[in-house]
Amino acid sequence: MEMKKKSFFARYKVFTIFAILAILIILAAVFAPQITRGVDPAKGSLADAIKAPSAEHIFGTDKMGRDIFTRVIYGARVSLLAAFGVVGLSFVIGTFLGIISGYFRGIVDSVIMRIADMMVSFPGLVLAMAVAGILGASIGNAIIAVSVVTWPKYARLARSLVLKIRDRDYVAAAVVTGSKTPYILFRYMLPNALPTLVITAATDIGSLMLELAGLSFLGFGATPPTPEWGLMLSEGRAYMQSAPWLMIFPGLAIFITVVVFNMLGDGLRDILDPRSNE
Amino acid sequence: MSTKKILSRILQIVIVLIGISFLTFLLTYLAPGDPAQIMLTSSGVMPTPSEVAALRETMGFNDPFFVQYFRWLGNALHGDFGVSFSLNKPVVDLLLARLWPTLKLTIFSMILMLVVSVPLGMVSAVKKDSWIDNLVRGVTFLGVSLPNFWVGLLLMLLFCVKLKLLPVICSGGDFKSMILPAVTLAVAMSAKYTRQVRTAILEELSQDYVIGARARGVKERKILWRNVFPNSLLPLITMLGLSVGSLLGGTAVVEVIFSYPGLGSLAVSAITSNDYNLIQGYVLWIALIYMVINLLVDISYNFVDPRMRLSR
Repeated sequence: MEMKKKSFFARYKVFTIFAILAILIILAAVFAPQITRGVDPAKGSLADAIKAPSAEHIFGTDKMGRDIFTRVIYGARVSLLAAFGVVGLSFVIGTFLGIISGYFRGIVDSVIMRIADMMVSFPGLVLAMAVAGILGASIGNAIIAVSVVTWPKYARLARSLVLKIRDRDYVAAAVVTGSKTPYILFRYMLPNALPTLVITAATDIGSLMLELAGLSFLGFGATPPTPEWGLMLSEGRAYMQSAPWLMIFPGLAIFITVVVFNMLGDGLRDILDPRSNE
Repeated sequence: MSTKKILSRILQIVIVLIGISFLTFLLTYLAPGDPAQIMLTSSGVMPTPSEVAALRETMGFNDPFFVQYFRWLGNALHGDFGVSFSLNKPVVDLLLARLWPTLKLTIFSMILMLVVSVPLGMVSAVKKDSWIDNLVRGVTFLGVSLPNFWVGLLLMLLFCVKLKLLPVICSGGDFKSMILPAVTLAVAMSAKYTRQVRTAILEELSQDYVIGARARGVKERKILWRNVFPNSLLPLITMLGLSVGSLLGGTAVVEVIFSYPGLGSLAVSAITSNDYNLIQGYVLWIALIYMVINLLVDISYNFVDPRMRLSR
């Protein structure tokens, strides 16, 4: 018993540390102009092109003479907004369709679930690439593309959670006593499904960031001169030999951010859902 | 899996393929950009409006959506996915030429992944909470957070730029040119799979029969090899089948980085040049490959687990 209590406390500590780190990353994104002392991430002077890291440019500069440190800090904005955008979109659409599907059953359920089955039955990144490419490169389209392949996961989860409780007596009682359907959906179905869905969303953020950065790397996401980490890596590729810092720092930024959000998601899951402890 | 079940799965695959073909066709139909214009411009000369209009008519781009879709579907069922606008060759020929390199890369990186993650996951599970378990868990955690395109670039920087192994492994179309791309793909996959192996083995180790065998004094090694490992094969094979999906999707990035002539790099250039026929062909082929592999995985249960042979 003593042992168990201690290990839970240890886990809680890990969660706290990563929550603080995540907040620091978010703060860096919000206060990017202050941190970089007003340097424009999209402008540079060609006289400063391809400078190695120094006291003046601690992460060096790129081929346009732009400060890499500034661009990495601003990159946090793009990466966080995009990842939260995808999670938000897929969460809302998936949960809505999943609850409707599970509650009403019948033809609505069949149609929604067959579409969801179709989407999960083959590699998501392939479709995301095609969607993002066909819609045209932009960070907004990349968000749409990744959401298109992510919502089914939430829909299936929400549906299974609703199916568990929809035939309970208290729901039947609410129906008999004249509760309106939207009220039942919001008052009983949604709160029941929410905790599990939130855990899933939290653990998903890291891998969604990787996918979005991957799309930008391939040229199907952010477009120049947006300071986006994946795009910066692909721009730095050509200078691998002469200027390796162009690909070291944006890569580190992605890596660290994804580690922090993955740890945070795992920590949150351990706290909210102790059964899932390995 | 019974024959009936297999047949229904094949039917399901057909339905999914038709659904996906409809979706991608709809997308390309709605996409900005006139395919006739793109086809003509890709030959290098700026076409006149009347030339574009004439091509639209002959290609049937003016027909209603469903007429166009069913014509395309009909041809596709005969194995004809049309002609690639940008490369001026039949889509099927292009895909066929690139299929084997990508499959080879996928298989090679899966072997790498298995060699690394099965032993690590097993040791980690058996020695739970020891230093080696903590180390494996820590490293795999970092591994799943690594962007594969960054890993690829770093490997390239290390082996091709710093160590100057350029002629040895960084160019050419033979086996050696597959090493770095395969390692890149295997890094993230191994990390994920090691964790899954560990979880599966731990799950099996906590079963009552293991406690019973231990109580009877059966040797730990014997329990592990005779009972635990064979019993955890089933979830491991399932996860292996699923990871083929992320491998097939992930090859695109890696193929682009290493200029590897596979399906992924073909798809990326098709998307960049709005080559709709090629994009549709690629998406359908990948979907088909992935679903057939997963069907084979499910059929393989029959051999791994005798219970599955009974009608279920």
